[in-house]
Amino acid sequence: MESHSINGERQKPQTKALWKVFWILLVITAFEFGVAFGLDADTFKWTKILIFIIMTIVKAYYIVGTFMHLKDEVKTMIWSIILPALFVVWLLVALIIEGGYIGLVRG
Amino acid sequence: MAVAKTSLNPEHLTWKGGTQPLKVGYGKIMMWIFLLSDTFTFSALLISYGLIRFGSPSFKDVVPEMTHKTFELSYKYWPVPEKVFESVPFLHGVSLPLVFVGIMTFILIFSSVTMVLAVEAGHRRDKADVEKWMLWTILGGLTFLGSQAWEWSHFIHGTEHGLVLADGSKVFGANLAVNEYGPVPFADLFFFITGFHGTHVLSGVILNIIIFYNTANGVYEKRGHYEMVEKVGLYWHFVDLVWVFVFTFFYLV
Repeated sequence: MESHSINGERQKPQTKALWKVFWILLVITAFEFGVAFGLDADTFKWTKILIFIIMTIVKAYYIVGTFMHLKDEVKTMIWSIILPALFVVWLLVALIIEGGYIGLVRG
Repeated sequence: MAVAKTSLNPEHLTWKGGTQPLKVGYGKIMMWIFLLSDTFTFSALLISYGLIRFGSPSFKDVVPEMTHKTFELSYKYWPVPEKVFESVPFLHGVSLPLVFVGIMTFILIFSSVTMVLAVEAGHRRDKADVEKWMLWTILGGLTFLGSQAWEWSHFIHGTEHGLVLADGSKVFGANLAVNEYGPVPFADLFFFITGFHGTHVLSGVILNIIIFYNTANGVYEKRGHYEMVEKVGLYWHFVDLVWVFVFTFFYLV
C-alpha cells in the first residue's frame, strides 16, 4: 500500500483490486433489485429483509475494508473501529423490539 | 526500539512524542474517530426510524385482507417504500419503483471508486492522476446532490391525486406537519435522514473541491505526501457507506 516514489518517476497504477470491488458492489446492488421485485413481498417478507441486511453488511465490508483500507491497518486499529459499531447493532435490535411493544400498547 | 522505528518513518506519520500509535498518522486516526462519532449520529436516526416504524401500525394491522399488490397509501398505516418512491425525471406518470434511487446509489458508488483511485494516485505522487480522479469524484457528488434535490422536490410537491385525510380535506405532497404518503413521522424521518446525509455529501463535495484546488496548486507535491487526499477520502467513503445503509433501511426493507 505504501509505495511513495523516491526518485519522482511515474509509477504504474495498481487499481485492479479497486475496480474488482466496484463490480462486486454493483452486482450486489443489482441482485438486491432482483430480490426486491422477484420475490413476492407477502410470502417472503422476512426472507427478503434477511437478504437485504446480509447484502448490506457485505457491501459495508468491501467499502470499509478495501476503499477505506481498514484491512491494511493494525489489528488494534481495526477493533477500535469495529467494536463500538457492533454495540450499535445491539441498540438497533433492542429498540426495534421495543417499538413492537409500543405498537401493541398503542394499538 | 521506538526511536529506531521513528527514524524510518516519514515525518507526517510521527506524532509530537515521536512514536506512532496504531501505525496511523495523527490526522488519519482523528478522522477515524470523527467518523465513528458520526456513525453514532446516523445510527441514532436510523434506529429512531426502526422504533417508530415498528411502533406504528402496518397495513396488515389495519386492513388484514390487503396485500402488497393491492396496497394503497393511507395516513392510518406505514407506507410501503416502493409505492412512495416510484418516479423518475422526464418519465412523468410512469411507475418505476425505486429505479431513481437505484441510479443515485450507482452514482455514489461510482464516485467512491474514483475517490479511492485518487488516493491510489496520491500514493504514487502522480499529481495529474489525483487531479483527474478528484474531478470525477466532485462531478459524481454534484450529480448525486442534484438527484436528491429532484427527489425532495418531488416528495414535497407530491402526486396529482393526493390523499384524503380523516377530516375530509385533501393533502398533496409532504411537509413536517402533514403528508400524503402515510403517518406524519414517515415524512419527518425522510427529511431528517436523507437531509442529514445530503448535508454530509455537500460538505464532502466542498472538501473535495478544496483538495482538488490544493493539488492543482502543488501544495501536496511541495509537502512531499498526499495524505490529505486519504483523509478526505475516508470521509467520502463514509458518506457512501451511510447511503448503503439508508438505501437498505429506508427504501428496500
